[in-house]
Amino acid sequence: MSPWLQHLPVVPIVAPLLAGALCLLILDRSRARIVLALLSLMVQICAAATLLYLTTDAMPAIWTEGVGTYSIGDWPAPFGIVLVVDRLSAIMLLLTSLVGSAALVYSLAHWDRVAPGFHSLFQFLLMGINGAFLTGDLFNFFVFFEVLLASSYGLLLHGSGSVRVKSGVHYIVVNLTASLLFLIGVSMIYGMTGTLSMAQLPQLVARLDPDDRAIFQSGAAILGVAFLIKAGIWPLNFWLPTAYAASSAPVAAAFSLMTKVGVYAVLRVGTLLASGDVRSSFIDIGLFYGGIATIAYATIGMLSAQQLGRLIAYSVIGSSGMLFMTLGLGIEALTAPALYYLLSSVLATGAFFLLNGMTDRARMLSVSTPADIAPLPDVTYQGFGVRESPDPHSVEDEIGIAVPAAMAFLGLAFVCCVLLVAGLPPLSGFIGKFAILHVLVNTGGDGGMSWNVWALIIAVLVMGLAGVIALSRIGMRLFWTVTGRTTPRLRLIEAGPVAFLLALCIGLTVGGRPIMTYLDSAARSLHSPETYIRVVMSAQTRGDDGQAQEAAP
Amino acid sequence: MEAIVAAAIGVLTASGVWLLLRPRTFQVIMGLALLSYAVNLFIFGMGRLVMDRPPIIKGDAIDPALYADPVPQALVLTAIVISFATTALFLVALLAARGLTGTDHVDGKEPGQ
Repeated sequence: MSPWLQHLPVVPIVAPLLAGALCLLILDRSRARIVLALLSLMVQICAAATLLYLTTDAMPAIWTEGVGTYSIGDWPAPFGIVLVVDRLSAIMLLLTSLVGSAALVYSLAHWDRVAPGFHSLFQFLLMGINGAFLTGDLFNFFVFFEVLLASSYGLLLHGSGSVRVKSGVHYIVVNLTASLLFLIGVSMIYGMTGTLSMAQLPQLVARLDPDDRAIFQSGAAILGVAFLIKAGIWPLNFWLPTAYAASSAPVAAAFSLMTKVGVYAVLRVGTLLASGDVRSSFIDIGLFYGGIATIAYATIGMLSAQQLGRLIAYSVIGSSGMLFMTLGLGIEALTAPALYYLLSSVLATGAFFLLNGMTDRARMLSVSTPADIAPLPDVTYQGFGVRESPDPHSVEDEIGIAVPAAMAFLGLAFVCCVLLVAGLPPLSGFIGKFAILHVLVNTGGDGGMSWNVWALIIAVLVMGLAGVIALSRIGMRLFWTVTGRTTPRLRLIEAGPVAFLLALCIGLTVGGRPIMTYLDSAARSLHSPETYIRVVMSAQTRGDDGQAQEAAP
Repeated sequence: MEAIVAAAIGVLTASGVWLLLRPRTFQVIMGLALLSYAVNLFIFGMGRLVMDRPPIIKGDAIDPALYADPVPQALVLTAIVISFATTALFLVALLAARGLTGTDHVDGKEPGQ
């Protein structure tokens, strides 16, 4: 094994840690900070892409069966801290680095100059997210959650203003309480099984006495609640729309990843627990009901939202709800389409939040009086800015105005985002939903479909429809009804990241087949974690290898 | 001893939850502090309550019954540091909210306004 490649799993944690720390030391040199931050993101993208490549078993000499481990400080698995890379974590790492770099480049236009600590906080946020995807240890999971939350507190307040600070207070209280629940859950699990290693947990759970098992299950339930608060399940998500809508655009784009860290945690810990004792897992029909309620809340929220930012935040909740419903059914074939949907929705909401920042600024430039920020248009002629009922013969009078290129880009990007969020063809949002429905219809084929399959199908369709209605209303106001608008100056540094994220969505659509094959194998190894457990528990410490190599010559 | 520790955790949690649900930010932060104390004690308790047993193994005696579990102690240390730091961070947000809104109500406005 190449001596350097074995350290690769730790790179996504170390690179942002170093970059963030160094950025703190050069607070007076903004250009150097930007270079450092971009460099760190590039390293993360390269590391994540290489890890992804390694998990495809392309180089069987290094990792076999798509799972790789890294023991920190060379302590063997159940005692020391291990980082584990499997297919799911690898693709989540790549997603993080891509969305993170888009948000970072976007922030260079304006937001990173608002406060000098922005780059450090952003790097620490990425470190926390990467760490949460990589860790193979429950307590370390908590630590990385805290790293990402602590930096998210700072980033949410970035830019100041009373709306941000007010929503920030609520956000911090809710998440601090969730962290306390996390600790209670972890310590109960430790108290009953005596381990914090996620790989060792299943076999110890299977051996618990019935009395201890009851306590263990309540511990796992409390832990699950902590995960679900982060993932934004109803009724634990009332903080989310305000906080996400109040945060600055690049921060909101990075936040759209954060709810999915909760979903990842549910999936990772849930499948591992299920392999030990099915009843201890929190992937259960309860998750399905939670998902229904979450989707209902998101749908109502989307329809009632008066600002684009809030609407996108509700669609983030909706995508979480969709994932809960799909996973809660407990059909293993649904996991891969759900993961595809997750990738697509993170990219789409990320792009949408960035776009929202641009249209917001366009409005701020052109709309001078607050009276112009009218309530949403009714679906009437007046709402469209038409005074009277149109006379079909007078069409020639209004040939139309030339649309400036900037508005054309904004409009086109908006349409793409709507298609993605609402799940309409031809983009990847549709493919994700279609794949879910396809599996549902196929599995329910024999002996008729059960009612919960129907419920999921109806929820998918209703949420898509509500998304289209709500987004087209907002789109009308943004692009059609504001009169006297000055053309916003479109800067490449802002438009580029949006275009980049949308291009990734198109890439997801075009490359649907290889991506789906990869996700299928990710889902398979998730549902049969024997490989994961075996590789982690049998991981040789590098020290032994080193001694063996030294002895050999 | 178990009963005393359990009662202490219970009282701390109950007062913490009550304060957390109060409308003033200062009460909320006190509630969070009390809750984090309760959680820290709880983690400690999960390593089982034992007396006069060191957590570090000395010599060749490897009978685990003679030693206290060191892991929860390490976890408590980490949890204390993290909750301390995040509470301090929250204090900053709280002061900023007080300065910007002119009130210490958690909603940023007095009820009835």
